[in-house]
Amino acid sequence: MLDSAAHNRLPAAPGVGYKPQHFAQITTDPGSVKWLEIHAENYMGDGGRPIAQLRHLSERFAMSVHGVGLSIGGEGPLDADHLTRLKHLVGWLNPASFSEHLAWSTHDSHFYNDLLPLPYTDTSLQRICDHIDELQDTIGRRMLLENPSSYLAFAESTWSEPEFLAEISRRTGCGLLLDVNNVFVSATNLDFSPQGYIDAFPLDEVGEVHLGGHDEDEDDHGHPLLIDSHGREVVDPVWALLDYTLAKSGPKPVLIEWDNDVPDWPVLEAEAARAATALERVPA
Amino acid sequence: MSVSQTEFTRAMMDAGQPVPDGLIDHHAKPAGRRFSVYRNNVAVSLTEAMHSAFPVTAKLLGKQNMDGLAGIYLRQHPPSSPLMMFYGEHFPAFLEGMEQLKHLGYLGDVARLELALRRAYHAADAAPIAPEPLGALTPDQLMNTRLTLAPAVQVICSPWPIHAIWRYNTEDGAPKPEPKAQDVLVTRPEFDSIPQVLPSGGAIWIRALMEGATIGEALEQAAAADETFDLGATLALLLQGGAITGLDSKG
Repeated sequence: MLDSAAHNRLPAAPGVGYKPQHFAQITTDPGSVKWLEIHAENYMGDGGRPIAQLRHLSERFAMSVHGVGLSIGGEGPLDADHLTRLKHLVGWLNPASFSEHLAWSTHDSHFYNDLLPLPYTDTSLQRICDHIDELQDTIGRRMLLENPSSYLAFAESTWSEPEFLAEISRRTGCGLLLDVNNVFVSATNLDFSPQGYIDAFPLDEVGEVHLGGHDEDEDDHGHPLLIDSHGREVVDPVWALLDYTLAKSGPKPVLIEWDNDVPDWPVLEAEAARAATALERVPA
Repeated sequence: MSVSQTEFTRAMMDAGQPVPDGLIDHHAKPAGRRFSVYRNNVAVSLTEAMHSAFPVTAKLLGKQNMDGLAGIYLRQHPPSSPLMMFYGEHFPAFLEGMEQLKHLGYLGDVARLELALRRAYHAADAAPIAPEPLGALTPDQLMNTRLTLAPAVQVICSPWPIHAIWRYNTEDGAPKPEPKAQDVLVTRPEFDSIPQVLPSGGAIWIRALMEGATIGEALEQAAAADETFDLGATLALLLQGGAITGLDSKG
């Protein structure tokens, strides 16, 4: 039974990043998975199988569109062509949610296919708010902005990340996407308390939570350097940080991201089932 | 000590450049190796994109050579848009420009074929016509007919056996390529792009149709290039590929 009204918002339940190799299982037996997220840029072709699959999935699942290419933190203006493409996709798909990153990826018309870091200053704050205003005006809806994984810091930064994100949300009205793995990665790499970060985060503005796997390396001084790779299971300390977050925030839509070395469906579904268990423990 | 995105990208794309001052760790020491995460992420993600975009070219080159060439290519031609599905458009010409690959003359055209297959995969949907209305036309009417082709349709002409090379590297038991020129038609009947060898003159005929010629006008061009041109066989390839989406026989 289709209930399109139920697809207008993401449920406070597990979702997964959609991978085409899982299409058959997702459409026959999605298990714990109640909603799906796609990367916007993979669905900007003119037609063919990707668009057909997306149309089909959107009739059955609440969808989240997650942009990875707008470069909201870029020093230059937003790419007008890309804004138009985002408007078109969000327009025809009408997803439950649209999100992007506190990062940049394009400079001088070159796209670097990675989420690059930026300093947290009054100047960058103003620029990001202007870009988010422009995006929200263009697509005609509220967006969620995601906290990054950090491997280094900028000497020039004058804001803490949670305060910076809270101020962006206050000025632009955008919501936030809290990636708990990113918090754990950044906290390990830059030696701060992940619980302290969550305590400082404006949880009322959080419309979605992300979880993913990371790799382990170390820096020049032997300090742990975690890398946000989305290529394996979520580790136990990140599950514990999810519990800590949900206990404070209440139930939220929780997404498992697994983008590299994508496993067979049962492995991914088991991660979603673990998120379902975490959500069941939270009083509504 | 602010770090501009110009400085950041310059250092990121050239490991010979120093890590910009102002990037630090949690003790305010220089970021050092931490910056390499970004250098690595960009190079690895774009190299992987090239492997998945050009699997046959990569197989012909071998993984190490493909990695090395992708590393040079991604610095000469970083993506110009966030649509990675179209990344690599300059790769065929880039391969042809590499002195050390001159003995593998077919590489560029094989990469061109892979690029065409990928474009066809993402091309706009278009419903093909049924063959019956074509069959019902008198010979005169047929010659005065213009055809509309699906957005996925592309033609690649090569002095090399690119279709045979592509098949040999994607299909178990496919015959070994023999030296000969091959023109290839790319269509997408439903969701999967398909390359097919065109008969001699076929590429000229289809390209003339794409430019708005009638079947008869296109036939004259194709027959002028090759008097053995087989109109029926070429038309059948288009029909099989679901490549004809419109028919205008009003002359």
